[in-house]
Amino acid sequence: MSAEKEKRDYLDVTGGWLHRLRDWIDARFPMTKFWNEQVAQYYAPKNFNFWYFFGSIALLILVNQIVTGIFLAMNYKPAAASAFASVEYIMRDVNWGWLIRYMHSVGASMFFVVVYLHMFRGVMYGSYKKPRELLWIFGMLIYLALMAEAFMGYLLPWGQMSYWGANVIISLFGAIPGIGSGLEQWVRGDFYISDITLNRFFALHVVAVPLVLLGLVVFHLIALHEVGSNNPDGVEIKKHKGADGIPLDGIPFHPYYTIKDICGVIIFIAIFSAIIFFSPGLHGLFLEPANFEPANALKTPADIHPLWYFGPYYAILRSIPNKGLGALALLLSIVILFVLPWIDRNPVKSIRYRGLLYRGLLFVFVLTFIVLGYIGMQPATPFWAEIGQRLSEMYFLFFAVSWAYSKPRSRAYLVITFICVMAVISLFDWVSWVPSAAVLKMYSWLIPLVYSLIFLLLPALSPKLIEPKPVPERVTMK
Amino acid sequence: MKAIICALLLALLPGFAHAQDQGVKLQSANVDLSNTASLQRGAKFFVNYCMGCHSARYVRYNRVGKDLGLTDVQLESYLMPAGGKVSDTMVSAMLPADAQKWFTVAPPDLSLESRSRGADWIYTYLKSFYLDPKSKTGVNNVVFPKVSMPDVLWELQGTQKAVFNTIKNPDGSTYQVFDHIEPVTSGKLTPEQFDMADRDITSFLVYMGDPVMLKSRDLGLRVIGFLIIFFVLAYLLKREIWKKIH
Repeated sequence: MSAEKEKRDYLDVTGGWLHRLRDWIDARFPMTKFWNEQVAQYYAPKNFNFWYFFGSIALLILVNQIVTGIFLAMNYKPAAASAFASVEYIMRDVNWGWLIRYMHSVGASMFFVVVYLHMFRGVMYGSYKKPRELLWIFGMLIYLALMAEAFMGYLLPWGQMSYWGANVIISLFGAIPGIGSGLEQWVRGDFYISDITLNRFFALHVVAVPLVLLGLVVFHLIALHEVGSNNPDGVEIKKHKGADGIPLDGIPFHPYYTIKDICGVIIFIAIFSAIIFFSPGLHGLFLEPANFEPANALKTPADIHPLWYFGPYYAILRSIPNKGLGALALLLSIVILFVLPWIDRNPVKSIRYRGLLYRGLLFVFVLTFIVLGYIGMQPATPFWAEIGQRLSEMYFLFFAVSWAYSKPRSRAYLVITFICVMAVISLFDWVSWVPSAAVLKMYSWLIPLVYSLIFLLLPALSPKLIEPKPVPERVTMK
Repeated sequence: MKAIICALLLALLPGFAHAQDQGVKLQSANVDLSNTASLQRGAKFFVNYCMGCHSARYVRYNRVGKDLGLTDVQLESYLMPAGGKVSDTMVSAMLPADAQKWFTVAPPDLSLESRSRGADWIYTYLKSFYLDPKSKTGVNNVVFPKVSMPDVLWELQGTQKAVFNTIKNPDGSTYQVFDHIEPVTSGKLTPEQFDMADRDITSFLVYMGDPVMLKSRDLGLRVIGFLIIFFVLAYLLKREIWKKIH
């Protein structure tokens, strides 16, 4: 315990008053106990890689959004007549207002970038599987709250896209049978989006949702520290403990991961700064050109689409040419993520030890999500609508195939699943058949066909392709 | 795999770029915000030719002065209307109600025009007016068909006519597709000089859209420079702490 003694000596040199203050607090509040339990003696797997930076970075952005948000709220005016002008006032007349505002607007987009990477990490290494199902669900609730927060925050600058984007999204409530139109009106507080809507969205954006968000983050962290982190090998470090009860493959979060995360955070801030200082709008991706025109209820923009992070869901919504069904598909595409732990029940967690086809499946899923995001930002031409529909089918097929890959399946099971999947898709095509779009429809039918052939019929021919590899007992260092 | 994903994400970015209007090819404005002389000329053109009708109501004269290196006296004698204060915003003398009556639509505020339309659009728009006897103002515009705005720069540029190609539909009907623009009469400036004036105006509009861009790039370099040094130190510390972990 020479380190401990060294520390004491140091404290004695400084007069020891800091030491005494700590003891004074500890006698009244579990400060040191909490620090040790949650940080200095919280054991995390030693094999975290690049993908494990995004949790702490997400926390950093949350703090960034709250702090910059407070300063913005000091100068922003939540009224239809002055909101747009007050944002320009912040941008031009408030000292450093432009920096605070860009940190907030770029921060919102970067929040989603980081959260998507964080979620992808969870899927890639099976971090939602037992015993981390609740951890995953709290994470999904955070994601949901974040979407609500971003959506309401986007109305506040009161630009054209703020106005018309909110119009489209709120009108989705109208798709609910029976109570729809009443609910829509109740959300807006008016017959159309107005000063009243803006004012209440401001209240929700700065008080209600952030409180929920913070609470959920605390729950997410409590759940994490209860079960411990997963790792790129997907093996439980708590299975192998030393004589002192400490996991053999675990290292204290502090100082190992605090210093490592600081390195990751610096690189993140460098990228963040590059966007803020050189291209805060990121070519219309983070700040849409149409939003530099004040909201005008009498002038509908040529093309309305939400910001990029809602793109995939917007594409799914538009993929069905029926508002009610489209909204249902949108809802389902988010809800299905919540139950992912009970869809993919394969005992092997990490993609490192899953079969070759599952790796391909996940890769195609990521690609599907990105391309859907792209389609969500394009004008709704027949071509993009058709591709959007096929990719939406692929989005949902990912979950169906994950279910099928949960355990070793017989040839018959896979063939029957293949036939069922193609039957459902073909039936849907038949119901929504439009003679004028027949050629495109027939060609695009090949997309789910090839997908199902590869991921359902191929493993029936060669079961080895979905067989997991042997999982090591202990974590590996790469 | 992660390299592939990152590459794909990056490859998608340019695809999100703002779509062009009407399918007319926009010319590159080649704006250079570090060219203060160009911005100053642009400000002068803006005040003389645009502000008769358009405002830039979020922009203050003394902010323009500070950013473009003009003193208050210079602002008062070259850019501002008589009797104004340097802290005033750049508001046109034309009343919106009058404008509505005269042009059928009120001229939009131009503070943020470069951010909603883009520099190339403004640059191309300003040089793409052509004579059109059917129009109330006598001119029409290639990138903004049926625009209510008259060609305020005709004196500098001269007048132009547009040449259209007639395309036949399979069913026998025809439609017109814009091909190119030809000069009719010459203006006070040569085409090269006019392009430069156009570029000056566009630069000034781009500056107004985000005045901080003049300085934020400089600041950004310093911030990133600091972060690089910070990273090296943090990384060395990380390596030291992690030495024992295998």
